[in-house]
Amino acid sequence: MKQTDRLSVFKTYKLFVGGKFPRSESGRVYEVTDSKGKWLANAPLSSRKDGRDAVVAARKAFGGWSGATAYNRGQILYRVAEMLEGRRDQFVAEVADAEGLSKSKAAAQVDAAIDRWVWYAGWTDKIAQVVGGTNPVAGPFFNVSSPEPTGVVAVVAPQESSLLGLVSVIAPVIAAGNTVVVIASEKSPLPALSLGEVLATSDVPGGVVNILSGKASEISPSLAAHQDVNAIDLAGADEELAKALEVAAADNLKRVVRPQAVDWAADPGTGRLTAFLETKTVWHPTGSLGAGGSSY
Amino acid sequence: MAFEYAPAPESRAVVDIAPSYGLFIDGEFREASDGKVFKTVSPSTEEVLSEVAQASAEDVDAAVKAARKAFEKWSALPGAERAKYLFRIARIIQERSRELAVLETLDNGKPIKETRDADLPLVAAHFFYYAGWADKLDHAGFGADPRPLGVAGQVIPWNFPLLMLAWKIAPALAAGNTVVLKPAETTPLSALFFADICRQAGLPKGVVNILTGDGSTGAALVGHDGIDKVAFTGSTGVGKQIARTLAGTDKKLTLELGGKGANIVFDDAPIDQAVEGIVNGIFFNQGQVCCAGSRLLVQESIQDELLDALKRRMSTLRVGDPLDKNTDVGAINSAEQLARITALADSGEAEGAERWAPACELPGAGYWFAPTLFTNVTQAHRIAREEIFGPVLSVLTFRTPGEAVAKANNSQYGLSAGIWTEKGSRMLAVAGKLRAGVVWANTFNKFDPTSPFGGYKESGFGREGGRHGLEAYLAGAAEPSNERSEREGERDR
Repeated sequence: MKQTDRLSVFKTYKLFVGGKFPRSESGRVYEVTDSKGKWLANAPLSSRKDGRDAVVAARKAFGGWSGATAYNRGQILYRVAEMLEGRRDQFVAEVADAEGLSKSKAAAQVDAAIDRWVWYAGWTDKIAQVVGGTNPVAGPFFNVSSPEPTGVVAVVAPQESSLLGLVSVIAPVIAAGNTVVVIASEKSPLPALSLGEVLATSDVPGGVVNILSGKASEISPSLAAHQDVNAIDLAGADEELAKALEVAAADNLKRVVRPQAVDWAADPGTGRLTAFLETKTVWHPTGSLGAGGSSY
Repeated sequence: MAFEYAPAPESRAVVDIAPSYGLFIDGEFREASDGKVFKTVSPSTEEVLSEVAQASAEDVDAAVKAARKAFEKWSALPGAERAKYLFRIARIIQERSRELAVLETLDNGKPIKETRDADLPLVAAHFFYYAGWADKLDHAGFGADPRPLGVAGQVIPWNFPLLMLAWKIAPALAAGNTVVLKPAETTPLSALFFADICRQAGLPKGVVNILTGDGSTGAALVGHDGIDKVAFTGSTGVGKQIARTLAGTDKKLTLELGGKGANIVFDDAPIDQAVEGIVNGIFFNQGQVCCAGSRLLVQESIQDELLDALKRRMSTLRVGDPLDKNTDVGAINSAEQLARITALADSGEAEGAERWAPACELPGAGYWFAPTLFTNVTQAHRIAREEIFGPVLSVLTFRTPGEAVAKANNSQYGLSAGIWTEKGSRMLAVAGKLRAGVVWANTFNKFDPTSPFGGYKESGFGREGGRHGLEAYLAGAAEPSNERSEREGERDR
């Protein structure tokens, strides 16, 4: 039998929530096409309820993930890079379809996405030393400031950069110890949904990353208004939606990263790490040894 | 036994309050455009201290324009020159510190002991600290040659009028910004005296502008199109409103808002020290402190011993004339605040908590509230959830460290917390689990210009103090990189 006669096995693209791969609770899907309009797959059309379920999963995972050692988080993020590297060809094909790129340009996107995981894997146990430290207060106190993760972060992923942009917004959030609910690019969700499969096999605890596909305009308002979401990254929201989400986010004073022009291929810096870190400062008296002690 | 104290009033002669003050715009005092004024009173006597201008939207516009004009030169000055202006200001504050302490006590109602020994030394120290940053910004960790934002609109509360001014103005100016600051309606005077200090220091016109007024002035300022940054300290409700106002704009925002700090006392804590810490935590500045330790969480096994000692200590607190050097607890800042405290304390009784206050004679005139504690408080009570911003302590109990942490974190706020224990590992474990921006262990209500201050959750965002405090006034700091590459085709939103 010739190879060409064989009928291929399609993949059912599903959400990634709480470490599992559910369909949308609404039972809805929408058609995803390539840049030329050719049908690629049906993707789940997530509902607001899917969003709320994802927040529950993210909150449940926060204690364990934020409490894990920075070294452990770094190991796991590096493992994500390893798993993505192993599936490189699959992602090159998906990104090429999604963004209408040549194979070589799509490969550059995938390579950069893999390298971005490596970059943030290395940051997990360094950011505290860069942005924290002891403070020389004028009194007999030991005073130390340390960064801590903000909590559950909702992310509207970039619309155009379906994989590199996505990785660039979720990796810093979880590297810092937060958990995330991300709404994938509306027209190109397939690389994001496939990334869920990579995360599921990388020792990332269930619920740390939750990936939804569908309409940002439908799902994001309830995430922005959600009282158990602590921050929101509006990277992929248009101007009108971003403003509405920022207004809703004020209800529980979420930390907000506004949309802005970003070259996802450029050095990402530390801004997306520090945007989702709080600073805790602890004071303790130092006591005194009295008149004794040593000059040496 | 009760000791009798002879009165020991600090002299008012060191401060000369004019009968009226204008707005400080572009280096000059001027009347409000529509001529409106309001009175500021001493909360301990209800005596009218002075009449100040009520800034209109037109005045806000004038002040923002003056600040914008001044920004060009101020931001272009070598950092070392900006530093020297700030050092001058710090020194003049030290020189005039007794005058300012008395003024603050008169206008705010807080004890002279506090303005003299806490507020004023911290104000001067804050200017000294940030003065030194002005020519070292390249080394602050925000990239090479970090730039100022432009004009900062700053709105501050009445509980630490001059200290909150210092927290706002010192880092803003060090980073090269110019400012329009609105002091609180009930405590405008020290900011106006600060304007005079700016003149004495020879600060260029328009770098600091002071607008007195009420909430409408503040709203006009934060909503003005000509400012680049808003810094607000005050209530969580107003903070949320400001966040909504700024949605969809490019203005940067930092908020330092309310709190409901948990002060956790474990069974191995040194009781006498803990009692002093609890008293300091909730009765310092009449409890009108965003980071007050307003919820006492005491381990059940030592509850009786601790509360006995606490009540004994509370009975010795001296409530009265804020200018008296022996006064521990002064006046509540305003009739409005007193009404709010009274209503919340009444709700505590109505909801079933048990109220206790020492026998305590309160002055006839002015706004006063006796140091009060509530026992039998549940987590659902309003006095355990809402910020009272007064000398009212809610006592809850716990059995295990885990329960203490869960109760401490059961709040919309996350500004401060206290831990009292002799066991270092327990202190660190609990400190690590508390969702609060400042944790005081075996101490409370300590502040320092080098130490970042600010909240988690609905207590706001951004930090004031320390290297962290510069971030709020520098462009690009703590924001995702937006460097553009040559490859325009790969750009994305």
